[in-house]
Amino acid sequence: MFDNFPLWPQRASSMAGNVDALFIFLVILSGLMTLLIFICLFYFAARYRACKGVLAEQIEGSIPLEITWTLIPLGIFMVIFAWGAIVYFQQRTPPRDATEVYVVAKQWMWKLEHAEGQREINSLHVPVNRDVKLILTSQDVIHSFFVPEFRIKQDVLPGRYTVAWFRATKTGTYHLFCTQYCGTQHSGMIGSIIVMEPAQYEAWMSGGAGGPLSASGEKIFAELGCATCHRNDTQGRGPSLQGVFGKPVLLEDGRMITADENYIRESILDPGAKIVKGFRPVMPTFQGLVSEEQLNALVAYVKSLSVYSGAPAKNTASNAPQGAPDQGSQVQ
Amino acid sequence: MATATVPQIERENYLNKEYGIGSWLLTTDHKRIALLYLISITFFFFIGGFYALLIRLELLTPAGDLVQADTYNKIFTMHGQVMVFFFLIPSIPAVLGNFLIPIMVGAKDLAFPRINLLSWYIYIVAGILMMHCMLTGGVDTGWTFYTPFSTAFSNTKVIEAGLAIFVSGFSSILTGLNFVVTIHRMRAPGMTWSRLPLFVWSHYATSIIQILGTPVIAITLVLVVAERALHLGIFDPRLGGDPLLFQHLFWFYSHPAVYIMILPSMGVVSEIIPCFSRKRIFGYSFVALSSIAIAVFGFLVWAHHMFVAGISVYAALVFSILSYAVAVPSAVKVFNWTATLYKGSIHYDAPMLYAFGFVGLFTIGGLTGLFLSALGIDMHVHDTYFVIAHFHYIMVGGALMGYLGGMHFWWPKISGKLYPEGWARLAALVVFLGFNLTFFPQFILGYLGMPRRYHQYPPEFQVLNVLSTAGASVLAVGYLMPMIYFLWSMRYGKPAPNNPWNAAGLEWTIQSPPTTFNFPEQPVVTWEAYNYDEIDTGHKQEVQVAG
Amino acid sequence: MPDSTAAVSTSAHDDVHSPALLHHFATPEQQRNSASFGMWIFLGTEVMFFGGLFCAYLIYRRWYFADFAAASASIDVKMGAINTAVLICSSLTVVLAIWGAELRNRALMIGMLLLTMLFGLTFLGIKGIEYKQKFDEHHVPGASFNFEHEEVPSQPGHYANAYHAQIFFALYFIMTGLHALHMVVGLGIFTWLLIMAWKGRFTPEYHTPLEIGGLYWHFVDIVWIYLFPLLYLIDRHK
Repeated sequence: MFDNFPLWPQRASSMAGNVDALFIFLVILSGLMTLLIFICLFYFAARYRACKGVLAEQIEGSIPLEITWTLIPLGIFMVIFAWGAIVYFQQRTPPRDATEVYVVAKQWMWKLEHAEGQREINSLHVPVNRDVKLILTSQDVIHSFFVPEFRIKQDVLPGRYTVAWFRATKTGTYHLFCTQYCGTQHSGMIGSIIVMEPAQYEAWMSGGAGGPLSASGEKIFAELGCATCHRNDTQGRGPSLQGVFGKPVLLEDGRMITADENYIRESILDPGAKIVKGFRPVMPTFQGLVSEEQLNALVAYVKSLSVYSGAPAKNTASNAPQGAPDQGSQVQ
Repeated sequence: MATATVPQIERENYLNKEYGIGSWLLTTDHKRIALLYLISITFFFFIGGFYALLIRLELLTPAGDLVQADTYNKIFTMHGQVMVFFFLIPSIPAVLGNFLIPIMVGAKDLAFPRINLLSWYIYIVAGILMMHCMLTGGVDTGWTFYTPFSTAFSNTKVIEAGLAIFVSGFSSILTGLNFVVTIHRMRAPGMTWSRLPLFVWSHYATSIIQILGTPVIAITLVLVVAERALHLGIFDPRLGGDPLLFQHLFWFYSHPAVYIMILPSMGVVSEIIPCFSRKRIFGYSFVALSSIAIAVFGFLVWAHHMFVAGISVYAALVFSILSYAVAVPSAVKVFNWTATLYKGSIHYDAPMLYAFGFVGLFTIGGLTGLFLSALGIDMHVHDTYFVIAHFHYIMVGGALMGYLGGMHFWWPKISGKLYPEGWARLAALVVFLGFNLTFFPQFILGYLGMPRRYHQYPPEFQVLNVLSTAGASVLAVGYLMPMIYFLWSMRYGKPAPNNPWNAAGLEWTIQSPPTTFNFPEQPVVTWEAYNYDEIDTGHKQEVQVAG
Repeated sequence: MPDSTAAVSTSAHDDVHSPALLHHFATPEQQRNSASFGMWIFLGTEVMFFGGLFCAYLIYRRWYFADFAAASASIDVKMGAINTAVLICSSLTVVLAIWGAELRNRALMIGMLLLTMLFGLTFLGIKGIEYKQKFDEHHVPGASFNFEHEEVPSQPGHYANAYHAQIFFALYFIMTGLHALHMVVGLGIFTWLLIMAWKGRFTPEYHTPLEIGGLYWHFVDIVWIYLFPLLYLIDRHK
């Protein structure tokens, strides 16, 4: 539309078209319905204007009509529901091989860390046509990660991880907004998503600092003494973390849960909450001893111990974990 | 419309029966209490409107240059709190409901007149607390009080605001309780459930929500206040708590609350349309039962405010499908109102213009609810101006227009005076146009991605914001007009006859304004509701009352 | 439905009207039914009020069962049980007081009202002792809260998470505190009922305030009957 007066946001992600299609369908449907009601109102008001000597006709009602105009809208609503649900399922199911970016929100900025190690503040560089999965958490209050041109939004909560994903389909720079009220600078907590051609992205990446996030995680793992109990063999006082991520875990109380990001995080901050079967509740808590960024690094490290496609795309040899199962190349 | 009887000069009525401030502040007459509420809620409407004015002024420019960020955050918070808890929720029930329900069922007063007065005093205490809070620093959490910001991070008067709203809730509960008992136990002989005006049915449904829902926000606010004061961890993840628990508890009330705000207005429209079409409403039972259905289903959909909050996909599916279910009875009502016009004899007096406005704007607002209930769309438009536009269409385009329509319709009965019809029709038009100009651009802004509660915004959103502010200034004029001419009419308006509209309903059989005890003798009802055929052909059943 | 033969005109019907009949009611039955219905609705709002707390409690208890069990083990089940018995007896005395009114037995009515209030005060006294105990043990949430090294009852060596225990105690104090507040209001209501009874306002035909006051008291009792097992008896069978 007009540059300074847009009426429609750009479509810059793979999901944008799906969302827009449903929206346009609803606009047309609502438009027709509104038109129908308005036409009836205007027509009846004019046609049945009060005239001298003409009485109104008393009509009690009509059960067939009531049933019709109850069931037809209900039917249409169910169609809308189903369509919306399908789109939502896609929106909330990240693809398996997505590149991961850890996001920490705080009053009033976004801190992002790529799995490859690059850190950004209030901006996110991504290659076009690549699936990107965001693992989000907050350091303080609830925020919300919103990119209108991608049609994605996810509240970012303190104390746990939430997940969002997108595949950018157009290069360019797009707004990132915080859209859950979070205090003074809520409307200043904005940034940019910069979508680049793959070649440019590689160039940008190589200028980045540090190594992969999982490598920092490995360092922290050693520094905090985790390896003392979580050994690679079965002799440790804690369960081995090889291949744990993404798999079911049997707990002491009989429950079976899947080891996802939130499970790893909880195990570090509140180890007594879920005890793995066969082990004793002796792990100390690290609440207050690790920052959100360090937690992210540890989670990335534990993930890298599984044959998990979340491992960084640049598969440097130093990243291959000790004793990783020899199962051929990484799943991309 | 032609009047039936010649009004007499200054008969004794509830207004002139006693004079003096004591006779008003210690009254148990439901009609006087209704007027006490009218003055109070109008006062709070000005406060909330003043905040709205500041919001729209700030948003004229992309930069946050009118007020500081913290101030803006307080402004939109208090706009929401005052408008929701101190204006919209009381409005029609406390003013029109209090005034009319006893008369409509044929009683001398509500079941518990002293509790009615207590309810007003509780509202005033709450109002004083709220005013004090606003004047001594205000609160900046958003009217939704999300944790942990409200409990552990905000530096403003969260506790005081929470307590003010807590207290106001009891006013709401007692009003609802009074209405339910009155409708069940105080109906005159012959006034069966199926002869009740739909205004009464919709207030019955509203009262159910007030009774069952309000206590939940009360306890939620108690928990927030306790957590903030004592640094507990019920909602704070750093202390083992869950911020989403707050959201569930909050929305469990706050969603049904929106039905508290719209159902009474629907009841008003259900009275106006038959009167000015001169025929019985189409599908009486369906409209009555739709009110109840909205009240019941309204309790089942709260988490549609939380689709992107971190709830599971499966929970989201359940709440989405239920949200579509609750839309059906509202649609049924719109169809029935429209069908009532068919083969009617339509008059365009101001109340009817407001009713038309209501049907049109509520239709648009309600349809945009379908967008929000669609999970795939909600992810994009949640917490943007799309939501703001949606609920303002319903609250302002719907509820407030219904309130104004009702005030015009029953003004002759309440005040004994006629308002100037020409000015009233003009005001209705100004409100309608101003409203659409204010809020329609916000749908576009929302889809573009402008978030809510934003003090400053990217420049490409400016044109739409300017349009919206322009509309708001027109809307403000439209609201001032009735206030001026209603006041004018109390002194200079023509005296009103008993039934200026030739309307059906027990309230139109008694004098304008009514006597303190409403009916000289207990009426015995032998006719159906909305018996316009009998009224217009002169075969009206005589009510066994004088005058 | 009101009796259609009962006129509401203000002409002399003094011998028919009880002095307690309020002007806007057509008959004493209508007044009594309305009062009773109103009280039931009010109790419905109270159910929803406490309901929010019960909801929060049940959710956290499911998530943090072990920690809640440890916290529950530290509150005095004997005092809780005595209080339960005290309240149940007080509900009985309320019913007997109403019976006294119905039989025009002034001594029974007033005596039972006094006994009810005595039981209520006993309840509050015991509650006060319990709260003092918790205060001394630093189990009151806030700055001086301490719940270190408390074992989970069925898992020796496993210590409870202090944060989760604090949530238990926060809910414990808010739930029992709110309940106690309702007791205090109840005592106020019964003081007024006692005064009315003393002045002879209640007759077999008219003792509606006693009935609806009694309803309120029973409700407060029932809330306690739910609170006691939920708060005091977690995992105690071992």
